[in-house]
Amino acid sequence: MTAVVVEALLKSAVLLFVLLTATAYEVLLERKLLGRFQVRYGPNRVGPWGLLQPLADGIKLLTKEDFAPAGADRVVYVAAPVLLMTVALFVYAVIPFGPEVELFGRRVTLYLADVNTALLLVLGASSLGVYGLILGGWSSNSKYSLLGGLRSSAQVISYELSLALAVLAVVLEAGSLSLVRIVQAQEQGWFVLRQPVAFLVFFLSALAETNRAPFDLPEAEQELVAGYQTEYGGFKFVMFYIAEYLAMITQGALAATLFLGGWHGPLLPPVVWFVLKVLLFVVVLIWIRATVPRVRYDQLMGLGWKVLIPVALLNLLVSAVLLL
Amino acid sequence: MPLDWAYVAVFALVGAGMAALPLGLVWLLAPRSHYPQKRVAYESGIIPFGEAWSQFHVRYYLFGLAFLLFDIEVIYIYPWAVVLRELGAFAFVEMLIFLGVLGVGLAYAWKKGALEWV
Repeated sequence: MTAVVVEALLKSAVLLFVLLTATAYEVLLERKLLGRFQVRYGPNRVGPWGLLQPLADGIKLLTKEDFAPAGADRVVYVAAPVLLMTVALFVYAVIPFGPEVELFGRRVTLYLADVNTALLLVLGASSLGVYGLILGGWSSNSKYSLLGGLRSSAQVISYELSLALAVLAVVLEAGSLSLVRIVQAQEQGWFVLRQPVAFLVFFLSALAETNRAPFDLPEAEQELVAGYQTEYGGFKFVMFYIAEYLAMITQGALAATLFLGGWHGPLLPPVVWFVLKVLLFVVVLIWIRATVPRVRYDQLMGLGWKVLIPVALLNLLVSAVLLL
Repeated sequence: MPLDWAYVAVFALVGAGMAALPLGLVWLLAPRSHYPQKRVAYESGIIPFGEAWSQFHVRYYLFGLAFLLFDIEVIYIYPWAVVLRELGAFAFVEMLIFLGVLGVGLAYAWKKGALEWV
């Protein structure tokens, strides 16, 4: 029993370390890439090639004053970023990074847990994230925050539907909700080949779910300052940021697991394939941000409800017919 | 499988701790200096007027309701998708009826203009 708890704690600690480091360097990667896209260098002062920049930013923001605006609902104001970050991290309990490997003479699985309702856990956790946005926006006692919070929650819940419907097609193909099983089912062929429409719907929904350009309306700087984060500063702001960038990696990990064959790939070790696929997804998201202008809000809602949901429903029906 | 759930629980606790820990660190490290002007909410440089918790448009409520309905129905489809292979044509026809009702609901909301962002 003790051995199990120790192993669980150890694995959790390693996973958290990897996730938070990856998030920090994802921010640097975005700043670097955006710099290059805009013909400038990006951060390059702290450490070689700016590699210590995330560390410097982290320490700086850790020593910033902890404060709440006048009239804010203090408890909710503090709880919102904590909640958002907790659920953003929680998803990784069930995401498989690779199959079993031999480590220090023991068989170790490269995923924390293989539960038979993994996919529902993931979707549920991402639904809970909406509370972080709306509570953060509501509790700040600022007009921009409230509007930003409302906008983001309306956007996120709308696209959650099309995301869930797109993922259903994968569940049909694999016949299981366990992410490990879904990856194993793709040994012969990736689901993106069998379900290209579902992948497209998933990709667009993922863009909107993570509030990324061209669907970054919740923090449309020109009209809403910074959306629901307007009144946040110091480390509470960092927590919103971590949750947001972690969500990008999460969508990448989901895309890799559900559509791109997870850890499967020739020659290289499985984990490397998984990381490469996630990295590719994240780079594409950054690339899109550098390329595409923001859509209007009515276009955003129209796309979600009038295009993606009907298309995903039809795709589901067609897949079911083909399967029988 | 029960062991896997224990892992999930441990990770959830550790994750929540990781999210709460920085707040403790900030409490230890960060400087404190409060004065009223600093705590004023941002409103493009002017002193905020009116109530921040103002009324907002009813369309958010409409979309919230539509989301609630559809999300519950999507959750119903998940178990069906897992076992469709085993249950075969019978389950498919049943889901066709269910999705038909869902589709009619969507079409009705569309026609009534509930999906228009005005």
